[in-house]
Amino acid sequence: MIGMAGNRGLMGSYGVVVALMLVILFGWLRYDNFLSPFNVMSVLRYNSMFALVALGMCFVIMTEGIDLSVGANAAMSSVVAAHASHYGLVPGLAAGVGAGLVVGLLNGLIVTRLKIMPFIATLATMLAAGGMALLLSGNQSIPVSYATSFTWLGQGNLFGLPVPALIAAVAYVIGSVILNRTSAGRTVLAIGGNEEATRMMGLPVERTLMVTYIACGGLAGLAGVILAAQFGAGQPIEGKGWELFAIASVVVGGTLLTGGVGSVGATLAGVLLLGVLFTILNFENGKGWISLSAYWQSVIRGFFLLVVVLFQARLARKHAAQPAVSAT
Amino acid sequence: MAAGSRPSQKPDRPIYAFLDRYATLIVLVLLILLNIAITPNFLSVQTLNVNLTQVCTIVIVAVGMTLVIATGGIDLSVGSLMAIAGALAPMIFMGKIFGIEHVGLAVGLAIILSVAVAGALGAFNGWLVATFHIQPIVATLVLFIAGRGIAQVMTNGNLQVFSVPEFQFIGLGRILGLPFQVIIMAVVVVWAAWMLRRTVFGRQILAIGGNEKAAELAGVPVGRVKIAVYAISGLLAGIAGLIVIAINSASDANLVGLGMELDAIAAVAVGGTLLSGGRASIWGTLLGALTIQIVRYTLLANGVPDAAAMVVKAAIIIAAVWIQRKARAS
Repeated sequence: MIGMAGNRGLMGSYGVVVALMLVILFGWLRYDNFLSPFNVMSVLRYNSMFALVALGMCFVIMTEGIDLSVGANAAMSSVVAAHASHYGLVPGLAAGVGAGLVVGLLNGLIVTRLKIMPFIATLATMLAAGGMALLLSGNQSIPVSYATSFTWLGQGNLFGLPVPALIAAVAYVIGSVILNRTSAGRTVLAIGGNEEATRMMGLPVERTLMVTYIACGGLAGLAGVILAAQFGAGQPIEGKGWELFAIASVVVGGTLLTGGVGSVGATLAGVLLLGVLFTILNFENGKGWISLSAYWQSVIRGFFLLVVVLFQARLARKHAAQPAVSAT
Repeated sequence: MAAGSRPSQKPDRPIYAFLDRYATLIVLVLLILLNIAITPNFLSVQTLNVNLTQVCTIVIVAVGMTLVIATGGIDLSVGSLMAIAGALAPMIFMGKIFGIEHVGLAVGLAIILSVAVAGALGAFNGWLVATFHIQPIVATLVLFIAGRGIAQVMTNGNLQVFSVPEFQFIGLGRILGLPFQVIIMAVVVVWAAWMLRRTVFGRQILAIGGNEKAAELAGVPVGRVKIAVYAISGLLAGIAGLIVIAINSASDANLVGLGMELDAIAAVAVGGTLLSGGRASIWGTLLGALTIQIVRYTLLANGVPDAAAMVVKAAIIIAAVWIQRKARAS
């Protein structure tokens, strides 16, 4: 059953990879310097934050949950990291990720112990984390220390690649291995497929859910650390709407919100697709043919989400019409 | 999404059932009593006015949200639809789109058109949900993202400032001493409560939320009801958007309705409507919104910063939903 469902997710994920390649091809043909190292690096550097948040969201959604708190969590963690950055790179990183883990732990406890729907549970922690971000920062952005090497996490390069992009890449490799090669990954998908049945099979449902929410919180915290390091300040009101951007990336990547299906790689493609679209808009403005304000960004993203979702709906219906064919 | 209820629950004491029924009301009464004790000048007409006018838009949007949630859906686009209606109306009555000389006519057209556009976009949400079977959270995410962008593109992100008393009556006017938007709120609440209980449409909404397959087999026009419910949510969001800009004498597409979807969902959840659908209480939603508003007011009036109020609001949402879940498991 999982195999069949996974196959359907895979069909969706081919779509997003093809779309991403088409968009990149379009940009390459149309604009000079589109694939210049500088542009590629800055796209990767900027979108690595969203990639980390979307990775955690992907796992949560595969359990048929949702985490609305990631944006506020990242904002709060960026403030904590900025405060701690004066003690150095490692303390800044640890404090930011730690703050994220605490929010994740809270989410996990509310979902598994109080048994409150993830949507409501994380809606509440989103408010709480947003409030904490403002309290910890006194309603203003907190400059990070430039005396320590903390900003390297956001602005530095390693092997000629942006550090945040490398961090995101490592996270995705680990995420992919966990999902595809470990029993924990199987359990995540099984919970999303049918939670009650998974429990009856004796799989550790509560523990897996806990770990999933904690990991999602930690990844949001890591994104917050990179946010602070990249822009030189902890940003208490950044991160608004990140959760929905992350959900959109996951959905564009073919992961179904009903859980039980998902692809880590396609989620990354979804993040890049939405990110590259924004870059294309900038390049198009640079050509001078049209002048679209930055506000078009969200209109185009919304439209793109619509197209992908409609495409997936058609795919799912076709699939439902002939279930035997792809059941491998 | 429906991972909330698990059958393997130990039976709880009947106290929870009582709490479930009246929890929101009890909390609200306790909060009011607390305020009478600690907040200076709480029992004044002015306090009542401040709280009622602030809670109006949340209640109006939350009523639409309650209906959507009753069908087992959710509407994330309400804040963005408020922004679109709020951006469109001034463009019309300030003569940027049509050159209408008569103020009353221009204002009337502005109100009707902008609310109608919000309603049409709501119907679009419903169409996506009903026709393509797209999950409501994803379907309405489209307009959540694109909608505010549309409002910003329409106004180029600029603040629209105006002084048109004929229009601003809906936010600043009074009838028999009552703020006009409070009257709108009351009408919306009473209509929705009546509709949900007494009409076939209301029954159909609850039937769909309870068991969509069964409702369909029983001959409920599922698709049409869903489109209507999302359209109502859009219409109400449009009205709320107009009230907000009328109060502010200005429309800022970046801010109108920002975060409203979460306030509305919180009000619905605290009010005891099941997020999985099939059971809904409009009065509960009203009490839920009032509770959240009074909590915020209590904290602000006693010098607690807004940020801390957010943390308290979070705790209240969790507590309210937890009590309800406990009660239903027993």
